[in-house]
Amino acid sequence: MDTEPSLETQIARWRDYVHRHRAIAPADVDEMEDHLRGRIADLTATGLDDDEAFLVAVKRLGRLDAVSREFAREHSERLWKQLVLLPGAPDDGASPAARRELAVVLALAVGAGLAVKLGATFWVETVLLRNVGLLVAPFLAGYLAWKRRLTGRTLGALGAAFVALGIVLNVYPFDPAGSTVALAAVHAPVVLWALVGLAYAGGRWRSADRRMDFVRFTGELAIYFALIALGSAVLVGLCFGLLGLAGIDLEPVLERWLMPFGVPGALLVAAWLVEAKQEVVENIAPVLTRVFTPLTTAMLAVSFVALIAAVGLTTVDRELLILLDAVLMLVLALLLYSISARDPLARPGLFDALQLAMVVAALAVDAVAVTAMLARIAEFGASPNKVAALGLNLLLAVHLVQSGRLTLGFCRRRRGFAALERWQTSYLPVYAVWAAVVVVLFPPLFGFS
Amino acid sequence: MHIDKDLVAASATPLVLGLLADGESYGYAIAKRVAELSDGRMEWTDGMLYPLLHRLERNGLIEASWGRSPAGRRRKHYAITPAGREALAERQAQWRVVSDALTQAWEAAARPLPGGPATAGGLA
Repeated sequence: MDTEPSLETQIARWRDYVHRHRAIAPADVDEMEDHLRGRIADLTATGLDDDEAFLVAVKRLGRLDAVSREFAREHSERLWKQLVLLPGAPDDGASPAARRELAVVLALAVGAGLAVKLGATFWVETVLLRNVGLLVAPFLAGYLAWKRRLTGRTLGALGAAFVALGIVLNVYPFDPAGSTVALAAVHAPVVLWALVGLAYAGGRWRSADRRMDFVRFTGELAIYFALIALGSAVLVGLCFGLLGLAGIDLEPVLERWLMPFGVPGALLVAAWLVEAKQEVVENIAPVLTRVFTPLTTAMLAVSFVALIAAVGLTTVDRELLILLDAVLMLVLALLLYSISARDPLARPGLFDALQLAMVVAALAVDAVAVTAMLARIAEFGASPNKVAALGLNLLLAVHLVQSGRLTLGFCRRRRGFAALERWQTSYLPVYAVWAAVVVVLFPPLFGFS
Repeated sequence: MHIDKDLVAASATPLVLGLLADGESYGYAIAKRVAELSDGRMEWTDGMLYPLLHRLERNGLIEASWGRSPAGRRRKHYAITPAGREALAERQAQWRVVSDALTQAWEAAARPLPGGPATAGGLA
């Protein structure tokens, strides 16, 4: 059989070609190769020679771009970065489109820096802190809107939402020493982030896939931002030392110029890095979630035992509750990020059981927090702070209970991973709505106190 | 006879689930079985079978495991899950309703009405 090597060469060449379609993973190519070989064997058995059989079998597989598109629709997680690239832009970063994008990003970064700098010049610190998100988020949303070529209607809706939030934060007759103003300031970034997500999804915020992409974007943005911040801190520290030796104090410059321009700039540059598919982080995400999920579970278990043992439930004080909420938010972020980074076709394994353990531990801690809060409300009456915290903890509890249920179902093979993913993406907007309620409705409800 | 591609697409899920309810199988065997069952008239683009299988797997209706073909190559086998059997039963009920409705509508159309076309309301 001297045609054998040529058939093998043809199949190898076919594999090579299929590999270039990024939606089709190597395992899928193996699967399709098995199919191809099965078909070729049947065709040669009916009398075709290898060449003919190969051609017919490849033709029967269908046009590869159509098949690849179908794979892409089913496995958007493999491609989410490709989909956001400008159509036709090569990825070497040297094309005019890529250079124009960099120019836009840098201009917007400077714009955000200027906005913060102006705010810092003309506002007192409390007003600045309340508005700083509002000064930066429109620039980030603007970059995404530019990149996604948003329609006029979506742009208008986004702009109106930013303006409305600005009005609420600055025109409401807040009692400056009250708690509703602080609550509004803390919850405004959540609303802002939801608006950024709207721009990210290109207005298609109803799509579950786009929401999951936004979760990935958020996670990678956080990692890039942390990396940039770390690098900058080292640089600034060295600079401090060097200039200090020369008798120059860098601190005023740092406070007045480096921070207002550097932090918003880093955020925009980080967003650009995530968008421009620098694939460094992609391989880190699953590793990070695998390292931190067991660690977080251990931490939750320790806190739970300490809470139960050391203090009676009703004496849990306020700082502790705030800390607990911060921990729970972290757990949630970790859960979301690991779900978004997981290969949805992988079978349930040890890591899913670990994740379930983390959810259960978080639920136990959340139960303590909710009980303590109810006790405090019963004892001292309702205050805006307590109602906001209770609401948040109840939202968290619902999210965690259902996530736990679905993870358990997945581990016991009763359910697919898709149900767990769908639950996350459909529940996310609830947090944005709750934050908007706290920002917009709480102040009038509690008399702006 | 060419079968409309929307019809092929709509019947793909119940067909695959039905075949797998009969026992576990792999991609090429499924495609071949479909061709046999329809006397080769339901032509699938073979490549499209795999995204469909992956979708069913992701939704927990079937599960996959890697094995070896007799020739020793990697081969992915699919088996139906209890959730898949439930989904199949539901699909079967749906198709039965559609098929009954079609049969009745066509029988009525094939039977010529006595006395020409009926007038609205009818005269006693």
